[in-house]
Amino acid sequence: MEIVLVGLNHRSAPVEVRERVSFTAEQARQAAEELRARGIFHESLVLSTCNRSEVYGVPPETSRESAAVLSDYLSRFHAVQPEQLSSSLYQQYDRHAVRHLFRVASGLDSMVLGEAEILGQVREAYRLAHESGATGPVLNRMFQGALEVGKRVRHETELGMRPMSVASAGVKLAERIFGKLGQRTALVLGAGTISEQVVSQLRDRNIAHLYVMNRSRDRAELLAREFSGKVIGWEDWETALALPDVIVSSISTEEPALKRAMLVKAMTARGNRPLFVMDLGLPRNVESSAAELYNLYLYNIDDLTQIVEQNRDARQSEIPRAEAIVEQHVEKFLRWQASVELIGMVGALRGKLKEERGAFVRERVQRVPHLSPEQRAQMESLMDDLLEKLLLEPARRLQGEKDLRRKIQNVEAIRDIFLPGRERP
Amino acid sequence: MDHLFFPLTLAAYLGSFACYVGYLVAGREWSGRVATVLLAAGLVAHYYALLERSRGLHTVPYHDLSGSMSLFGWLLALTYLSLEVFHRQRSVGALVLPFVLAFFLFANVATAAHNAAVPAKGVAFALHVTLSILAYAAFGLSCVLSVIYLAQQRLLQKHKVGSIVWRLPPLDLLDRMSQSSVLVGLIAIAIGTALGFLWVDRLTGGVWHYDPKYVITLLVLAAYVIYLRLARNPSWRGSRASRLCILNFAIVIFSFTVVNLFFSHAHRYF
Repeated sequence: MEIVLVGLNHRSAPVEVRERVSFTAEQARQAAEELRARGIFHESLVLSTCNRSEVYGVPPETSRESAAVLSDYLSRFHAVQPEQLSSSLYQQYDRHAVRHLFRVASGLDSMVLGEAEILGQVREAYRLAHESGATGPVLNRMFQGALEVGKRVRHETELGMRPMSVASAGVKLAERIFGKLGQRTALVLGAGTISEQVVSQLRDRNIAHLYVMNRSRDRAELLAREFSGKVIGWEDWETALALPDVIVSSISTEEPALKRAMLVKAMTARGNRPLFVMDLGLPRNVESSAAELYNLYLYNIDDLTQIVEQNRDARQSEIPRAEAIVEQHVEKFLRWQASVELIGMVGALRGKLKEERGAFVRERVQRVPHLSPEQRAQMESLMDDLLEKLLLEPARRLQGEKDLRRKIQNVEAIRDIFLPGRERP
Repeated sequence: MDHLFFPLTLAAYLGSFACYVGYLVAGREWSGRVATVLLAAGLVAHYYALLERSRGLHTVPYHDLSGSMSLFGWLLALTYLSLEVFHRQRSVGALVLPFVLAFFLFANVATAAHNAAVPAKGVAFALHVTLSILAYAAFGLSCVLSVIYLAQQRLLQKHKVGSIVWRLPPLDLLDRMSQSSVLVGLIAIAIGTALGFLWVDRLTGGVWHYDPKYVITLLVLAAYVIYLRLARNPSWRGSRASRLCILNFAIVIFSFTVVNLFFSHAHRYF
């Protein structure tokens, strides 16, 4: 039962190659089906994100050729010259392929360490392949394991918990105050790139109402349209400030646009409900003394950058813990894999021994005179019992072997000695 | 049997505390689940410890300070567990369990009063006392939640966002948990006080046998009604309501200690 992985990612390939070798959902399904139809793999799955394209498969025979065949297939599928692709592709087998996938699902292999999106992408790739029937027992087990590892790493380490961008840090801080943002209102001042990033994060968290204010109404409308928000006129400050629970400000201004007095008025108008203000402008958009107001939480770009820096260090220090969780699950998967192989091997060996016994009886016992059919059947049964005993005792010992490496080596050695040339189960 | 249930309860509460800390500090999901299971096991063991103690001393748990403390700890744990299940939030378990443990240990260190059997006082009396202690436990829990709220709010306002801040419940949820706890306490104290008056009425034929405890209990009731009203007002919601909640609990402690020990003639340990 060999597992093969062939792929490329942000470390092995430049963006020009990555974008040529990426798969849409439909292409991923089509490729997985073709790989099985052509007999390259028994089971196959394509994982394609903006930073990686990887094909996982279980080939019918144990040979390293399947990786080469797969590389050829990829260059033909995407119409890329093989030599152009070969330097970007990496290949992994068995435990290394399993470890690679588990690290990917944990965010350990991501461009932004511990990024949250990859787990969802792995889940989606698995769902698509599973629904189209491209996966089988091995990849099912492997991808379910990957999802479990990814979840554990995110829950048990700081790797996925702490935000890594200014936009996500701001939104996560808002969640520390309000909990879920599903019933909250946000006001975005300015319609630049950073505002867009924050708005995108807020929309991902299903913010209930989104208002956009910008000097240029056209840009405000563009942003509002993209994220299903509403535009408020640039002059309408008084109304605008009384509405939101979260204010995101990133306007270009010489002096603070949001004065303390304006916020005092706004807080009174809104009955002093908590207000979270993200001041992402430089120079600052909000008068710093506004931070003293009751129930007002003010974070400027430096505060948020500092949090991101702290989080980056915290994430780095969590790598050993995350790797330890990955290793635990790799070991768990390999144990399962070794058990399955052992069961398959015992079954194959039993079949072979019965065949040998049949041939032996035909050849030798027929020569014995005066042997009635009952006696012959009794003799066959005794031989079967003996063979079963000889087979089962070592199999049980092997099943109980604690040392995984030794167990796998022994299974392989027995298969090579007694079942040469047989396909792995 | 008391000797069996004491170590069992202690082990379950200590294990639960350790697991809650593991959940809060390291974010281990399984640790949180085990903490909840151990807390539930601790509650069962603690219940039997209370029962056996009552049988051994031929009295009710609240007949002396030690028993009252133990019952308080049990009800505090019970209220917390209910809130945890209701709000699906177990991050504050690590901060509540030390109080449960403290009351449980204090109750077992304090010498039990080997008094003569208490005359049977009926269901109304038993419910009056149990509900009153439940109310104090619920108010105690809301006080702990309010302290956590203020601490977390301070950290957020001072931009000191360490790992604990990312794991504690959001401020809004802490506020709602505190209000839920006060609501439980208010219902319990209202019913408990009414039953107390009913019992006195049956016993003496009149309710107004002056006891300073009556006044302080009505004051506690009024204080928490005001809290609940204000905590739902946007202007008060948050830190102001949390401060009020802590202040209210100071009145409860005053009632539980000074009033009980020095002024009240009918309420000694509850």
